[in-house]
Amino acid sequence: MKKTYRLENLDCANCAAKIENALKKLDGVSDASVSFMTQRMTLECDDSRLDDVLAKAKTVIRKLEPEVTVR
Amino acid sequence: MKHKKQLIRILLSGAGLVLAALLPLEGIPRLIAFLAVYLLIGWDILWRAAVNIAHGQVFDENFLMAIATVGAFAVGDYPEGVAVMLFYQVGELFQSYAVGKSRKSISSLMDIRPDYANVERGGELVQVDPDEVEVGDCIVINPGERIPLDGRILAGVSSLDTSALTGESVPRDAEPGDEVISGCINLTGRLTVEVSRVYGESTVAKILDLVENASSKKAKAENFITKFARYYTPAVVIAAVLLAVVPPLFLPGYPFGEWVTRALTFLVISCPCALVISVPMSFFGGIGGASKAGVLIKGSSYLEALADTEMVVFDKTGTLTKGSFAVTGVHSTGMDDRALLELAAYAESSSSHPIAQSILRAYGGVVDRSRVERVEELAGHGVRAVIDGRAILAGNRRLMESEGIAFDSGQEAGTVVHLAVDGVYAGRLVIEDEIKPDAAGAIALLKENHVRRTVMLTGDSDAVGQRVAKQVGIDQAYTGLLPADKVERMEELLTEKSSRGKLAFVGDGINDAPVLARADIGIAMGGLGSDAAIEAADVVIMTDEPSKLAAAIRISRKTLRIVRQNIVFALGVKAVILLLGALGYANMWSAVFADVGVSVLAIMNAIRALQVEKIVSD
Repeated sequence: MKKTYRLENLDCANCAAKIENALKKLDGVSDASVSFMTQRMTLECDDSRLDDVLAKAKTVIRKLEPEVTVR
Repeated sequence: MKHKKQLIRILLSGAGLVLAALLPLEGIPRLIAFLAVYLLIGWDILWRAAVNIAHGQVFDENFLMAIATVGAFAVGDYPEGVAVMLFYQVGELFQSYAVGKSRKSISSLMDIRPDYANVERGGELVQVDPDEVEVGDCIVINPGERIPLDGRILAGVSSLDTSALTGESVPRDAEPGDEVISGCINLTGRLTVEVSRVYGESTVAKILDLVENASSKKAKAENFITKFARYYTPAVVIAAVLLAVVPPLFLPGYPFGEWVTRALTFLVISCPCALVISVPMSFFGGIGGASKAGVLIKGSSYLEALADTEMVVFDKTGTLTKGSFAVTGVHSTGMDDRALLELAAYAESSSSHPIAQSILRAYGGVVDRSRVERVEELAGHGVRAVIDGRAILAGNRRLMESEGIAFDSGQEAGTVVHLAVDGVYAGRLVIEDEIKPDAAGAIALLKENHVRRTVMLTGDSDAVGQRVAKQVGIDQAYTGLLPADKVERMEELLTEKSSRGKLAFVGDGINDAPVLARADIGIAMGGLGSDAAIEAADVVIMTDEPSKLAAAIRISRKTLRIVRQNIVFALGVKAVILLLGALGYANMWSAVFADVGVSVLAIMNAIRALQVEKIVSD
């Protein structure tokens, strides 16, 4: 299933691209995209693994861009 | 707010820099003065560089700026260290401002989200969240308010501003019984509406969802940039290291520090930000601009494909024609046309068939039922009725033949209803599906925009199909097709186009979903209120106008032109300054310009993609 989240303080386009690449490589994520313009990320993953995937995604984002918060 | 604080900080640092340069300081006090200003303007960059290194992210902008400016301090060039950092922050501020501005102008386009609904609960009006309203609830919409949910008007007459959804500036009239669509603005009268769909399924929610997720289907150009950035940055870093280390080994005349400075300059120039920001931004602007014109594009990949449209295949009914029947010819014998039309209307007055309805509409008058004595439907033939004591026959040629009445079959394509009074032929009505007023103009516009071939597919008879094709200027028409034949025909057409060109199919979304899916670009028309169309298509034209397709193609071409300009401009400027930097002709100032300056210019160019008024009005 597909889930969309808001990324607040996403201020740099290169970072958006980096986050997207990192998310795509996460275990359990079948597809991911980060839109710099709408400040949104879309995760596609298994229903049952959503919580786990979201937690991992948050860790990755914190590592790459500490200022960005996931809503 | 954020921008204001940053601006104050920049102004303070600027003043500090001037002061530090003017004060007659030497040695350590001079270093301290410049260092203080440097930390004021650059502490966040230094901090981020440190944090990112701790996270294993070495080569980012912050790191490059930190190293370049610290390097300047190390070689004793304090003013340059501070000034470059200051310049960089000014550029970042500009960039952030431009991005924020364009985000705002794009989101204001999509500002169709209703904030509340006035619901009748226990005889009183309560303001609630549209989410809380259920199907069957009655809502009241006052003049000036946005319609929060799809529904049907129970009471009230008004006109509706649909421009946010369709780009159409002429208000639409609404009266009891009409369906209304969420997202429109009620202009003149108070309306009471019975809700027919919950918010999550309403038109406005669907459109918002679609536009917000449009960016997840990325264009090839966008993916190219992301990939490019991934290889480009490390490549430049390696080149910079070589630049710092190799020449000093072979060219003993130059000091080592000189080459390090050149390498640092080289690194600052190299940031791919201008591309990484402006390319997706142009696509987003193009999609936003198109939606302003009433064309929803579900992803930048489709926007990109539209630019390469080579062949356009149209469905006939509902796409090029209105899909509603109208009397287009009255040919009477022995009575006047109006009397013939009246007789036909009376004979057909009890039928709900679309043809009968079109005759009643053409007649326009009120039917006095007491004049109709007996009506008998003859399946597959027509109607036998007694009106004012006269025996009336109304129906197709088979009816006339079976009754042995001599009739004039005429030359017209379309459906013909023959009439006979007391066994004598009285004339015929010709009923046709009306061609949309802008259909011929739409085809001409497509040709003007280098669409090589236009094709029409229809289930209708050859006579009708060929005539419509000829009238609107379509190159080729395939007629008498069953839905399955249409898919087959589509497969054939796909093999006939060039490999780079794209085939677009335009349909009304009703029973042509398989064809929509098979085409390179599936375009649904009249998407307002039709879920099937919004789901199945890649592009949705919100109005009934086929001419919007040419506008969409032009918007896509303009967007791609802007994308190409930005790629060429950004890479060009960078290549030149990189070369100058390597040769020692470009200093840190031009390097910062090549980074943030180019970004700001590229962003300003990208914003142009939003402006579509000229394209649409042409």
